[in-house]
Formats: sequence, C-alpha cells, structure tokens
Amino acid sequence: MTDQAQILPGNLDLLILRAVSLGPLHGYGVLLRIGQISGNALLIEQGALYPGLFRLVRQGLLKATWGTSENNRRAKFYELTAAGRRRLQEETDNWNRLVTAIGSALAAQPEEV
Amino acid sequence: MKLFDSLRFRFAALFQRSQMNAEMEDELRSHLQHRADDLERSGLRRAEAERRARIEFGGYQRVKEECHEAAGGNFIEILIYDLRFSFRVLRKSPGFTAVAILTLALAIGANAVVFGVLNALILRPLNVPDAQSLWGIERGPFEAVNQSYPDYLDLRDRNRSFEDLAAYNVASAGLDTGGNPSSAWILEATGNYFDMLKIRPFLGRFFHSSDEHGPNSAPYIVLTYAYWHSHFQDDRGVVGRTVQLNKHLFTILGVAPPEFRGTLLFVFPDFWVPLVNQEQVEGLNVLNERGNRGLLMTLGHLKAGVTPAQAVADLNSVGAYLEKTYPKDDGQMTFSLTRPGLTGDWLGRPLLAFLSGLMLLAGLILLAACANLGSLFAARAADRSREVALRLALGASRLRVLRQLFTEAVLISLVGGAIGLWGSIGLLRALSVWQPLPTAPLQVPIHPDANVYLVAVLLSLASGFLFGAVPVRQVLRTDPYQVVKSGSTSMVGQRISVRDILLVVQIAICAVLVTSSLVAVRGLVRSMHSSFGFEPQNAMLVETALSTGGYSGEQVPAMQKRMIDALQAIPGVESVGLVDRLPLYYGANGFDVFTDQTTDLRPANATANAWTYNISPEYFDAAHTSLLAGRKLSWHDDKNSPQVAVVNREFAAKILGSVSDGVGKYYKRRDGTRVQVVGIVEDGKYASLAEDPSPAMFLPVLQQPPGNEMAVVVRSNRDPQQLAEVITSTVRNLDAGLPFELHSWNQELGSALFPSRVATMALGVLGMMGAVLSITGIFGMAAYSISKRLRELGIRIALGAQHSELLQAALGRAFKLLAVGSVVGLILGILASRVLSSIVYQATPRDPLVLGGVVVAMALLGLLATWIPAQRALSVDPLILLREE
Repeated sequence: MTDQAQILPGNLDLLILRAVSLGPLHGYGVLLRIGQISGNALLIEQGALYPGLFRLVRQGLLKATWGTSENNRRAKFYELTAAGRRRLQEETDNWNRLVTAIGSALAAQPEEV
Repeated sequence: MKLFDSLRFRFAALFQRSQMNAEMEDELRSHLQHRADDLERSGLRRAEAERRARIEFGGYQRVKEECHEAAGGNFIEILIYDLRFSFRVLRKSPGFTAVAILTLALAIGANAVVFGVLNALILRPLNVPDAQSLWGIERGPFEAVNQSYPDYLDLRDRNRSFEDLAAYNVASAGLDTGGNPSSAWILEATGNYFDMLKIRPFLGRFFHSSDEHGPNSAPYIVLTYAYWHSHFQDDRGVVGRTVQLNKHLFTILGVAPPEFRGTLLFVFPDFWVPLVNQEQVEGLNVLNERGNRGLLMTLGHLKAGVTPAQAVADLNSVGAYLEKTYPKDDGQMTFSLTRPGLTGDWLGRPLLAFLSGLMLLAGLILLAACANLGSLFAARAADRSREVALRLALGASRLRVLRQLFTEAVLISLVGGAIGLWGSIGLLRALSVWQPLPTAPLQVPIHPDANVYLVAVLLSLASGFLFGAVPVRQVLRTDPYQVVKSGSTSMVGQRISVRDILLVVQIAICAVLVTSSLVAVRGLVRSMHSSFGFEPQNAMLVETALSTGGYSGEQVPAMQKRMIDALQAIPGVESVGLVDRLPLYYGANGFDVFTDQTTDLRPANATANAWTYNISPEYFDAAHTSLLAGRKLSWHDDKNSPQVAVVNREFAAKILGSVSDGVGKYYKRRDGTRVQVVGIVEDGKYASLAEDPSPAMFLPVLQQPPGNEMAVVVRSNRDPQQLAEVITSTVRNLDAGLPFELHSWNQELGSALFPSRVATMALGVLGMMGAVLSITGIFGMAAYSISKRLRELGIRIALGAQHSELLQAALGRAFKLLAVGSVVGLILGILASRVLSSIVYQATPRDPLVLGGVVVAMALLGLLATWIPAQRALSVDPLILLREE
C-alpha cells in the first residue's frame, strides 16, 4: 500500500482514457482496470474518479450508455469517442516526450555536461 | 456562439437536473455495490462489505457535488443558491444594505446622467440618413463656421469631394396664420437642403433647388412636425395653405418627419424657408455680399471613397482660388471639416472638454463610492471571519466562499445601478424638455438609448467586482483553525491596511470635487459682480425685429425714432437707448478695422476685428456705460455728416495708439472709409464673460444701413411689473401687428451666464455627492474602528484617560487619514481646475478663499462624520464593558 504513488492532477484523465481505450468499462471497472494495467502502483481515490468521468463526457471524449455488468447489475458503461481516441494519442505522445526528457535529464552524468 | 452554446448547456443541465441527479445516484450506488460484491467475495458479510465500500468511497455528497460541477450543471444552481443566501444575509443588516445601495445608486445615476448628455450631444450623430459621411465646413485658423453666400456658391460648385453642399442659417420672423402674430424660429436653408440630407417629407413636399429663381422667388414654408402638431393641431389640410410671414404671403409646402428637427442639435426651429427669400424673412438681403459673413453654415455628404483629408485639400484649392480672385473680401480661406450639429468646433470642443471633465468627475465619484463600499465590505468580511472560517472548516472551498461574497457584492451593485439608472432616466427626460433660455429655441434633446443602459449595467457590474474584490485577500488568508479557536482575527500590527488606503483615496477624490465646485462657484459669483460695461439692474429690454412687422428701408429708422420717443415719454423713465444687438447676446457682429495709415486693406492687414454696435445717441445713458473722454453720439450724426464712432478703451489703445489723446483720431473700415473717433467709453464684455478685453466700436444708427433686429433699453426705477404693462401698451399703440418680447436685462443675461451656471450647478451637485460619500466613508471607518476597540477604550477610561486623550486614541487615525487625503485632493483639484477656467469666468484655484474653503469644508466633513462615533467613544462605560467578557 505504501508503495503506491500519488498521481499528478491531470494525469487521471489520461489514465481513464487509456483504461477505456482497451474496451468499454463502467466506473468501478475503470478503477480496477487502472489498477491492473499499472501493476497496482497508483493510488486513486474512488470518489475522485467520477468527476473525471463526467468531465470527459462533457468534453465529448467519452460517451456513456447504460448496460448490465458481469455481476448482473445495472451500470453505466463508458467508451472512447473518435475525439477521445485522438486526444489519447496526443496525450500519450506528450507524456512520452516528457518522460524521455526528464529521464535523460535525471540520468545525466557529470562528465557528460 | 461558444458562449451561447455553453449557456444553453448550462440551462439544459439545470432543467434536466432531477433526471441527472437520479442517474448520478444510480451510477454511484452501482459503484458501491460492485465494490461491495468484491469485498463480499473476499469473505466479508454483505452488510459489513457495504459499510466498508461506503467508507472507502469517501464523502459521498461532496463527490456528487463535484460531479455536478464537472458535468457543467452547477453554475446556475450555485448562482441561485448564492443569491438566496445573499438576500438572507443582506436582509439581516438592512442599514448596511440601504447605505450601500443608495451610495451606488447615486454614483451610477450621476454617471448615467453625464454619459446620457455626452451621448446625446457628442457621440450620437445627427438623426439623418448616412450621418457618418455628413460633415460641416469651418474656415480659417479660428474655425469660423460662417460663410458668405457667394463663397458658399463657389464652394458648392467648385469642390469635387462632396455629393452636394447645402447651407442654412438661423433667423426669427413673425408668423401670422390669421389673427395673432407670433414670433417663430426659422432655419433658412438653400434649396438643395432636404435633398442633400436625403430626407422624405412626412406630409406634402419639401422645397428643392428647382424652386429657386432669384431673391424672394420661393415663398414656401416647410413645418417641423412639432410645430405642425402644436400650432396646426395635426391638420392634414395645412399643405397648400397660405400664411403671412412678416406680412409677406408664404405657402406651406409640407411637414418634416417627426424625428428630423433641423441640423443644429440644440436649436429646435419651427419651420424652414428657402434662403433666397432672406430679404422677406430678415428684412435685408446680403446674398450678394461676398464679404458679409452672416451665420451661413454649410454641410454636405462626402462622396463615397473620399477621405476627409482629401476633401480638405480640395476645399483649400477652392479657397486659394477665392483668395486670388477676391482679394478684397476673401482672406485666410483655408478650411477644415467638423461634425455638423454643434455649430462647429468653437462650441463643440469646449463642450466636449467640459463633458469629458464631468464624466471624469462622475467616474471619480463612482470610484469613491467603490472605495467606500470596498472598505465597508472589508470590515464586514472581518466581522464575518467566523462564519467564513466555519464554512471553510466544513469543507467549502475558498473559491466557493469568494464566489458567494462576489455574488453579494454584484447583487448590491446591480440593485443600486438599477435604482440609479431609473432616477437618471427621469432626470434626463426632464432635461430634454427643459428650455434653459426663455428667449431662444434651445433644447437639449437627450433621450436615453441602449448605450446609456449598457453603460449603466457595465458600470454596475464593474463596480460590484471592484469593491467585491477588496476583501479577497482577507478571505484567502483566513486560517479556519485559528479563527474558530480564538474568536476573531484582529489584524493588529498591520501598519497600513487596505481600508486606510481606500479611505485616503476616497477623501482625496472628495477634496478634488469640493475644490472644483468651490472654484466654479467663486467664479460665478465674481462674474455676477464683474463689470459688463453696462448696468443690467433697473433696465428693461424691448426686443423686436422690425421686418416681422413689415418694415423695410427708410421706414426702419423712422419707426425706431418713434418707438424711442414714445418710450421716453412714459413717466418715470430716465432714458431710452437703442442697440442693434445686445452685448453678451448670441454673438455680436465683428468687423475688421485698420489704422489710418494702412493703405492695403486686405483682411490679413486688419489691426483688429472689433465688435460693432449700432446705437442711438442715448444708448450709453440707458445702459449706464461711462464715457471716459470726448462726447457721446448725437442725432445729428446722420447720413449727411461725416462718419463718426465712439470706441472702447481697448480699441483706443490698440488701434489709435493711446487712450488719453485718442479722441479726434481716425481709423479705416474695410471699404476705405475714414471714421473719426469722437468719444471713448469703458471696456465691457461682448461675446462671453470669460473673454479678455477686446476692442469694440459704437456707431450711430443713422449712419448705418437700416438694421432689422433691435433692442431698446428702457432705464427706470419704477416697479418692473407696472413698467412692463405700460411699455407693452405703448408699443401696441405704435403698431399692434409688431411681435416683440419684453424682458428685464438681468433675465436676458441668463444666456450669457448660462454656461457657467450649468457648470457650477453640475460641479456643485457632484461636489455635494463627493462630500456625502466621504462623510459616510469616514463615518463607517471611525464607527467600525471604535466598535472594535471599545474594550481598549474602556480600559483607558478605567485607568483615568482624559477626554482628549481618549479621542486622540479613538479618532487620531481617522483624522490623520483625513488630513493626508485632503492635501492630496487639494493639489489634484488645483491641477484639475485649470480645465475649468475655460468655461467659468475667472475660475482660479489660487484663490485664498477657495483654498481656505476647501480646508474648512474638509475639516467640517471630518467633524460631522466622526461626531457620532466620538460620542460613542466618550460614553463608554468601563464597568459594563469589562464585565461583559
């Protein structure tokens, strides 16, 4: 539990988009999926997830439909829209650039400077 | 579009709220159950699993709230909630609310009124089609709007920039529709006037260029809608009727549309007649005199694609041609363009300066009001810090708290703005029907339009946010833990608080206003007591234009003499004098004069342009103008004797070279006539009260071409009421068909004093408002600081402090701030009142009385504002106070 990293504000949206891009999910499913694909290394408050989902729906990046879950319960399922797919691509590229840049900056050795 | 979409979205969200809410509940519940399913699978009992799921989830309501916000559905809901809350809070402190709303209503009302006038006179163009391309023409370096008729014709026919050029002139004449002759105001216009303006008649037809065939060839009248309504009772059969204008038959052609009231913004004429009939209307015809520049104003639409600069260059080339062709009459024929409607820049510019100055002051008032409310709000926020802290502690975000405070501020400002606007509309309506001068068709056509409403609303919103922003820092710094624990946040130790600065700003603004209004009032009082060069007390004026009674040519002087003799015969009348146009009336005639040695009499070589008055010999007696040297004029100075003149001191000094031995010397007129000066009189005021001494000459009426307008000055100590009756019957006995007006000279002077009166009034009102605002400001500050320090004061009293020490402790700071603010304001006020001196006669801020007045006024304001708080401080009972906690 203590090994879990606090995610940066704003990165939650990216994670949600990524989780949903692997297949339609309901809210709790999104949470589980993020845990699964991140190797349970990220701490996400359950309550914080929903404002993010609503925001993404409002921005037209996700669309929601009611359906039945694997537990045979009514649940709202989210999937990516075309705009959502584009946004995920952009954000992923951005993230990768950032990580590479910061990674190389942190890895720099005195003799390289 | 984006804004609209977003609003639609928000409204939709608002109305679908219940459905959305249910869905949200469903979704969150579904989440909890899925989680509980998982927990149950891991071995918990169902009830325990559900409990654990809820705990893990966190603040259910908060999440819902946040979801709402994220979905965009909360904006209006929060607004409504905040409004409800604000209403409740404000209702709990009605005193505060009333003061705040009233303050803003006054400030925003003042701004709306000033802006309404500015909008009507400066910003809004004439009410004609394509007003943007309509320009007036000004001539020469002094921006004269008047042209002579021959010059106008040349300008019209030789320019290549205007679609067409029309010209018009203001005149008055006697109209007889059968029965009672009355005096009417007329615009004499060229035939192309209506066609150039592209206006369609409401009834009948207008006159056109094709109607003009030389002098007096177009005896036609076009009525204004208002005159048709009031004098012809909307009678549609009026078209084609003949009426008598100065005893000449004229035919009514048509009626202009209601929205068109002539091409001068503030002169509402009764009807239009063609300019070619000038002789019948004014009794004299100067249409052939190139050098005679009456008050013929020209205007026209620029052709499409022609810039004003190109038009000026074009006009100047016509001007150069005129200077070359008519060197005797035309000098300095350079031109510039001006907005039509305000008789050019000589009126438009000072008006703009004055109104801008007023607007600035009104803006300052609003700023002062905002400073005032800002400090009130800050004080309230400090008092409410407990409430704010509680809300923060219960989980409200600071943003949310601020939003509520802003809602409160904007609510107050909007209510205040609405009340202010309502009042100002009433005032503007009253202004627009106000006829400031009984003898002239002057009106200020102010009809508040969308611009005024918009400005008022924007000002309200802006001021709401402005004073609402004052306590922001305070709220942001609130530490709920500290506040809830210890009670209140007394920010002792802070040397200079925002509130102090606000108070100084406000007092400074108030001092500026008080300074400027005192300067203006002083100037007005002085101008009332300055030397006009005549004595308006105990003098009545009979004003008439003989042409309105049908007199012309040699009948004019005969009638003038008969009238003077008849009035002179009234018992109790000391003297009776005649003058063609009163000094300080709407403009006088000025003529170029040359020294006796000048041989080349072009306009450019003139020594001066002297005000010219044609008078009867007894005028100086009747006007009480004192003779300094030489003799007065006499009835023997007529056509058969050499030309003579009496001049004023300035004329003697400037043109004759000396006052002491000026009598007997000669000067030359433009036509080369030598005129001998037989007497010198004191200087006076001729065109405006604010003018510098300027040369004037008085010519015997019998040596001049018979004039039309005249005023007869009747000096008598008799009771004015009685005298007026006798004068009226005397004039009626002479000619019952001659329209005339009778006023006291003091009444008539109203027109000359009008600008400074209005300025003084406006500044006085604004100054008053500034004073009231600073009283409430200082009062609020003093009362608040005393209420905060009651306990400290109680201890001081208990320890034996004297009254003076107590006051020092309680109010010292308020007075210090007052002093600083006053000094700053006084300095600014002195700088600002330079602007005033162009309007208000002898308005100088370097006047010990003004300076002293400001200091006394501010001190009084301070005393007044701190009186009640001081009483409260002195009446503190230490026993009660100390027992309380």
